Amino acid sequence: MATTRGFLGRSRAQRDPRLPPGQYDARDDWPVLHAEATPRIGTERWTFTVEGLVENEVSWTWDEIHALPPSRYAGAIHCVTTWSKFDMTFDGVSVDTLLAAAGPLPTATHVMAVSHTGYTTNLPLEDVTDGKAWVVWDADGAPLTTEHGGPARLLVPHLYFWKSAKWVSGLRLMDHDEQGFWERNGYHDRGDPWQEQRYQGD
Amino acid sequence: MSTTPYGTTHRATLRWQDAVVRSVRDETRSARTLRLELPTARPHLAGQHYVVRLTAPDGYTASRSYSVASAPADGFDEPPVGHIELTVERLADGEVSGYLCDVVEPGDELEVRGPIGGFFAWAGTSPALLVGGGSGVVPLMSMLRQARLTGRADLVRLVVSARSPQDLYYAEEIVGPQTTVLYTRQAPPGAGRAAGRLAVADLAGLVRGGEDVYVCGSPGFADAATAVLVEAGVPVPAIRVERFGPTG
Repeated sequence: MATTRGFLGRSRAQRDPRLPPGQYDARDDWPVLHAEATPRIGTERWTFTVEGLVENEVSWTWDEIHALPPSRYAGAIHCVTTWSKFDMTFDGVSVDTLLAAAGPLPTATHVMAVSHTGYTTNLPLEDVTDGKAWVVWDADGAPLTTEHGGPARLLVPHLYFWKSAKWVSGLRLMDHDEQGFWERNGYHDRGDPWQEQRYQGD
Repeated sequence: MSTTPYGTTHRATLRWQDAVVRSVRDETRSARTLRLELPTARPHLAGQHYVVRLTAPDGYTASRSYSVASAPADGFDEPPVGHIELTVERLADGEVSGYLCDVVEPGDELEVRGPIGGFFAWAGTSPALLVGGGSGVVPLMSMLRQARLTGRADLVRLVVSARSPQDLYYAEEIVGPQTTVLYTRQAPPGAGRAAGRLAVADLAGLVRGGEDVYVCGSPGFADAATAVLVEAGVPVPAIRVERFGPTG
């Protein structure tokens, strides 16, 4: 790859080894990026549904999902727009708990995460199982704000953050892959930050 | 927001190519426009963006996204090459924006890929209300330019918010019958409106009904503008938003 004349970039001496390639540490900032108007979703009408290739379609209300065993993620998040953020904590429920209640059929290979706004994003089933994904409502000990996807968002921290659908309303299990909102717009189907899978073909 | 009405980004547009900087010009004290020649023309839709990747001698890279400011109708009449203009705001401590605003010279090569984005794009054939704050005017300028160049200026209405006259991008070109300029901190002498943020009264007569609305700016501007638009009667599904984060 050609060198850019006169570009040295920031010092790499103190580059945090937790930073995937092409990312920078946003430190105290938590940038906000989404394509739709920020919705206001009251918890009284919030629901979360697991549907598609499952034994039983299951829906939870706000109170019902809070009655499930709690689960916490502590660590980094990585946005495709090149910021990363370390040492965050998110509280909610493991997607494993939600899937166990619905009973995925053996034919299920992928999921489509769906939001109350109509936003969608696709993921291989194995990227949301075995402790890799959550539905979360608290960030760093405080309720998730609307701009960050509150009252609840999906959290899949090992993939770029557009996979962590804001205002999530459910998961639909499928026997094939199908592109979601950003994926149809050129973004990668998987989005592994360590492989720098930003766009289709990366 | 579940559909992408104007198509998708094709794989070919995601191949990197070495663009040549043909000219640079300052828009304000903190923003500069680069006119790039692309070896392979890939005409964009107004509103789409490119990624620029800089590579240091040791292989370290930094990439950022920038909206295209020029119109699709400007720059694609000399195949196989194409031309685009990117306007870059110099951010405090901006690793990439600082380079593009202060170091780049005509003749330099820059790795780019694009155009990218199908959602915040205007095909140029339907009524559109454009609302931009600060550097958020850049993709909207591509839409205004396209409307004017194709004789469809009637389709577009632009509301642009800037801190002061010195902070208005494309100051000479942007004004016209399609454009309403709002100053938030300091209005020029004789302006018909006191300095202040976008309010419902500023949209009087601009919301026609049935148009697509494109909002671009900082997250704070985008949310405030969206609230004002909804108050003015614009249905939420008609609003597309592009938020600029602090991406260095």
